[in-house]
Amino acid sequence: MSEPGVGIELSHVTKLYAGQQQAAVEDFSLSVDPGELVMFVGPSGCGKTTTMKMINRIIEPSSGSITIDGQDVLSLDPNELRRHIGYVIQQIGLFPHMTIAENIATVPKLLGWSRERTNNRVDELLRTVQLDPAVFAHRYPKQLSGGQQQRVGVARALAADPPVMLMDEPFGATDPITRQKLQAEFLKLQADIGKTIIFVTHDFDEAVRLGDRIAVLGERSRIEQFDTPANILANPANDYVSSFIGHGAGLMRLALIPISDVELDAPDATAPAVDADSSLRDALDLLMVTGAERVNVSGGEGSLTHARISAALNKARHPVEAS
Amino acid sequence: MTALTEQRARLGLKRFGTPFAVVVVLAVLFLWLGSLTLDSIEERTLNTSYLVERTQEHLILTVASSALVALLAIPAGIAAYRVRSKAVRAFVIGLGNIGQATPAVGVVILLAIVWQTGFFTALISLVAYCFLPVLRNTLTGLEQVDQATREAARGMGMTPRQVLWRIELPLASPVILAGLRTALVFSVGVATIATFINAGGLGDMIVNGLKLQRYPVIVVGAVLVAAIAVLIDWAAGLVEDLVRPRGL
Repeated sequence: MSEPGVGIELSHVTKLYAGQQQAAVEDFSLSVDPGELVMFVGPSGCGKTTTMKMINRIIEPSSGSITIDGQDVLSLDPNELRRHIGYVIQQIGLFPHMTIAENIATVPKLLGWSRERTNNRVDELLRTVQLDPAVFAHRYPKQLSGGQQQRVGVARALAADPPVMLMDEPFGATDPITRQKLQAEFLKLQADIGKTIIFVTHDFDEAVRLGDRIAVLGERSRIEQFDTPANILANPANDYVSSFIGHGAGLMRLALIPISDVELDAPDATAPAVDADSSLRDALDLLMVTGAERVNVSGGEGSLTHARISAALNKARHPVEAS
Repeated sequence: MTALTEQRARLGLKRFGTPFAVVVVLAVLFLWLGSLTLDSIEERTLNTSYLVERTQEHLILTVASSALVALLAIPAGIAAYRVRSKAVRAFVIGLGNIGQATPAVGVVILLAIVWQTGFFTALISLVAYCFLPVLRNTLTGLEQVDQATREAARGMGMTPRQVLWRIELPLASPVILAGLRTALVFSVGVATIATFINAGGLGDMIVNGLKLQRYPVIVVGAVLVAAIAVLIDWAAGLVEDLVRPRGL
């Protein structure tokens, strides 16, 4: 049903604004695999958003080349190009004078889809983002909560089933609880649709939670490290990356390791139980909260101690050498 | 439920309160007029056919000038907005400012001297006078469209023209219409000076009444102008409510 993602290749991309000495983005090269969710993470003003916006040419690069699925985007008509790239921004930018259905139908309408095909697609997408079409299709954006609006923003970007999505801090303006919920839903959605996604954020936790790979960006969008979340946490490339990770890297890494990856001790009937598909972080949390010596993994295959968790973390520290 | 009925009651008051008040004022005016003994000068003015003709002239002048202003100032505002040049913007606004700052009487009389007297001269000075509010509202209306909304539209592949027609103009329409409404009400008042260049209108009554010291004539002329202004403002308000995009 859904069109799978395609690769994106940025090569020596530079953006120099007229009248400025320093480039906003300098010699940026990066290759994104089809279906991959790549996070651009960096401090405000580092050029991560500028870099992303050059992919759909909201900002025109000064030099360098960008290809999507091998096709040079700079040779395409920018409007036509943008109709095939999903675009979600932090402020959402829903059209306040259009209903939710009309908002989602924007790109299909631009592409000249039939009314029936468009309507079916709108219903399908509303259900995908867990909004009941019967309730929401004919409402106006201001009648929706922030979280609901953001879901509509994602649905609207997905409307014409683009292989590539650009997301600029899409969950940045929502409260922490809504954000976590949206992130979880988004991960589930991405598991289904497998788009190639560039996701810009300044929140490293979010990058770790969502990304297949993370590009940690420094000034002028320089790539300080580009790797999987686990590798970046275990082996930060330099001080800049370490400082960006901040404190608690160990805990963040624990959150990335599922219990099923760890060797277990014999079960102990008196110990508190933790869900088998949760992470080591959840297991540690339970250990701390209960003060118990070990926690049982529900399903009864075994139990976990502090020592086991700590060993798993150290084993993961050098994953390259280990494999 | 009570909130809804309350809202409806308020809407009803808004819809029908104004015309009702105008009707009452006019009724009182004509009752008072009926109680007076008019002399021959007053009778020449205070009769149905004279009143209807002056009112017609006044309305035609007002509506025609506002329509022209809409036709000229809205596209000019759009053009000034799309050029996105500070110089052009300053020039257009400046031009509108001059039009509005110059006393309308001055413009009318100067134009009459260098060109001709009559309807068209009055029309042109009215257009010059009402150009600015519509132009400025068009410009501000378009400029106040949320940057994120505009960027989302562009990011989805709308051409600049599609962004203008589908997003910017609908969202700016309440502000543009408010400008038109101001222009309409302005022109009702300013149209009274058309009398100085023989272009008719209710100004005839006010000026004649003053010159001949016939107070009933002045009062009727003045009250009619005020009534028209209030009614036109009311009608424009209704139109605004009707065409305002839903969801705003």
